[in-house]
Amino acid sequence: MTALSRSFRYAESEVMAYRRTWRGTVITSFVNPVLFLAALGFGLGQFIDGGSEANLSVPFVTFVASGLMAANAMQNGAGDGSFPVMAGLIWRKNFHGTITTPLGPADIIWGRLIWGVGRLGFTLIVFAVIAVVFDALEIGPALLAIPPAILTGIAFTSVITAWTLTQDDGRSLSTMFRFAIVPLFLFSGTFFPISELPEWLEPVAYLTPLFHGVELVRKIALPDADATIVTSLPMWVHFGYLLVMATAGIYLSVKLLDGRVRE
Amino acid sequence: MSESLVQARGLTKKFGDFTAVDAVDFDIQPGEAFGFLGPNGAGKTSTMKMITTVSPITEGKMTVFGLDPASQGREIRSRLGVVPQEDNLDLELTVAENLYIYGRYHDMKKPEIMPRIDELLEFAQLTERRESRVEPLSGGMKRRLTIARALINDPDLIILDEPTTGLDPQARHLLWDRLYRLKREGATLVITTHYMDEAEQLCDRLVVMDQGKIVAEGSPRDLITRYATKEVVELRFGEEVKDQAVLQMAGLAERSEVLADRVLLYTEDSEQTQDGLNQKGIHPEQVLVRRSTLEDVFLRLTGRGLID
Amino acid sequence: MSVQAPSRITPIGTMTPFRAQRIWEKNYIAYRRLWKVVFSGFFEPVFYLLAVGVGTGSLVGNIELGDGSVLSYASWIAPALMAASAMNGSVIETTFNIFFKLQFGKVYEGILTTPMKPMDIAIGEIGWALLRGVLYSTAFIGVMFAFGMTESPWALMAIPAATLIGFAFGAVGLAATTWMKSWQDFDLVTLATIPLFLFSGTFFPIDVYPPILQTAVKISPLYHGAELLRGFTLGAIDWTMLGHAAFLVVMGLVGSAIAARRLDGMLRK
Repeated sequence: MTALSRSFRYAESEVMAYRRTWRGTVITSFVNPVLFLAALGFGLGQFIDGGSEANLSVPFVTFVASGLMAANAMQNGAGDGSFPVMAGLIWRKNFHGTITTPLGPADIIWGRLIWGVGRLGFTLIVFAVIAVVFDALEIGPALLAIPPAILTGIAFTSVITAWTLTQDDGRSLSTMFRFAIVPLFLFSGTFFPISELPEWLEPVAYLTPLFHGVELVRKIALPDADATIVTSLPMWVHFGYLLVMATAGIYLSVKLLDGRVRE
Repeated sequence: MSESLVQARGLTKKFGDFTAVDAVDFDIQPGEAFGFLGPNGAGKTSTMKMITTVSPITEGKMTVFGLDPASQGREIRSRLGVVPQEDNLDLELTVAENLYIYGRYHDMKKPEIMPRIDELLEFAQLTERRESRVEPLSGGMKRRLTIARALINDPDLIILDEPTTGLDPQARHLLWDRLYRLKREGATLVITTHYMDEAEQLCDRLVVMDQGKIVAEGSPRDLITRYATKEVVELRFGEEVKDQAVLQMAGLAERSEVLADRVLLYTEDSEQTQDGLNQKGIHPEQVLVRRSTLEDVFLRLTGRGLID
Repeated sequence: MSVQAPSRITPIGTMTPFRAQRIWEKNYIAYRRLWKVVFSGFFEPVFYLLAVGVGTGSLVGNIELGDGSVLSYASWIAPALMAASAMNGSVIETTFNIFFKLQFGKVYEGILTTPMKPMDIAIGEIGWALLRGVLYSTAFIGVMFAFGMTESPWALMAIPAATLIGFAFGAVGLAATTWMKSWQDFDLVTLATIPLFLFSGTFFPIDVYPPILQTAVKISPLYHGAELLRGFTLGAIDWTMLGHAAFLVVMGLVGSAIAARRLDGMLRK
């Protein structure tokens, strides 16, 4: 078997398991983002657009929709890299079973990524279409923004997989969500422009990964975005940040998984 | 028999149409180790749950310490120590904390509990694991901790539901050793098991249960003398000659059982039986001579094995 | 053979009739080590307050109330976030955590072999969830005072009011848990709490909705919770608040009754 087909074998096992757990992911992947878009984008947007304080050059719902594509990808990616990995490693120990077959740790990591990308792609297409139907985004740029959103997701999946592989119980995962994912979700420019942050915090935001995901997605999904919406950083900076993050995450995941399943 | 700790008459437990315990009678005396022996599903655990007042009685009468389980459950439970079939230790607490909180559930005060914890950890050979979390303990250690926990209130009656199921042989022997110690100290034990060796080793008196009914009662020795012979000759045959051989064996033993994989000959004198086999020209592939056990008693009484 | 029964430690007949506090003791011992987890629960509403209240709020400007008074968006959503946090904390405790203990730990089965009763456990666990909620509410009110989002002394009343929200949701959560079969069923919990969180007049006034939807929102218990807290933190006390409180009381009592009944049946088969 080639490395690629081994990874696909592993992805296949994930698909089988998914048939029992899909309902939960439908809620977190499709329903929640749409509800956030409706409440914060449409609902709250009515108090923003045309108001005296509003300085965005696009409707608020458009602003939120483009940000949510990246934020949604992060949440899915983080979810994928945390609890299922802990289950495979500790709770159900299926990783230990898998490596007694011709499949190795690298195949597990790549297989999980392949499957994750497939699901994420589908999730994002559905979200983009809903945003288009509600006139929050335009179809062409929205679809073009999916690949960078997927890249954001992969970057998070891989880094969080690596981190999870250094942990021993589920509690630390919940803490990570509370202190990393939730603040990133809220403060990376999804729900308000980074320029609204206190001045000393802005450079901090530049260092965080979701900021780059949101910026990259927004610059592609909203081609006419001006300085009220996005920063002047060139796209390759965002792209480079996420690419380095994903590569490092994958490399570390394979190394760490190898160490854990052979211990 | 007013001094019985537990007295049951016509005790019955039904779940819908299914009768788990079918009108059983028994008496448990202070200071004895009383066993319920039977296969899985015989109604042992249901009986235990009624004694511990966790499960309401469907029909019949039972008193525990002379009290009524339906209305005086709390009083009864305050004098019981219960070791359930599956360990239900609190994984969020340490070894010592698991003991401590059960002491509190029994309304004991901290100064009473603390020395008791030291004693019990010593007893359970867990002193070194005092501050450890429960999760990393071995199966045997968890079991011993569960037993120690059941002893925290110095119970008048200790109920052990399948105490050694799932343990490896070494851990089982260690556990039996601890239970012997309890027995020597005069504790009253109620033990359910589907292991005949466990019942033989631990129980002064036992009832054999099958399909919700008590099918025999007595001491292990008693039951063996009554329902089995001194010795058993176990024979294995090739498939094609087995039936023929069984026909020829008539009269060689007091009783025989033909099982799927072997033939059992119950006899008072195994040498005589073996001679008889030779004379008739019967040559099994394998011959094993052993003492009768409670397994044979059970087979005799129900026609089935204890472990399926 | 007759052997002397060992001497009694627990004198029969003098036992505490009420012992739900034993469950608090157990949780206290367990959570002493998990204080970080407890501590972390405080942050989520504060994060939302800063991000949506202050951050997005800078785009919203001020909110004008029915009586013509004007206040900052952050001051307006803060009590709602506090209500939502009381809901979430208590729902998580009485669904996920309790389900785990019921199904996997069998912890309660063990406890019931001691003098403890199902009612002691139910009251103890709900009470514990509320106790945690009080800690969070107090801290959150502190944050609101610090940021000048409330000035009214009535705001202190928001702490017991948030406890009432916790009680109402905790009781219903516990009742729901008795029907849960597997972890997958908890998706339905999320499916209930997220829309409540987002659409109960938490992030924007409900007059945005068409009249039919406005009526629908008034069935949402979180709406009543948020309105009740808002009354206190804005210092705008009026009689409608009694109605909101009554809604929550009834919800909590009905939930408790169902939960106690179902738990008893489950634990004493």
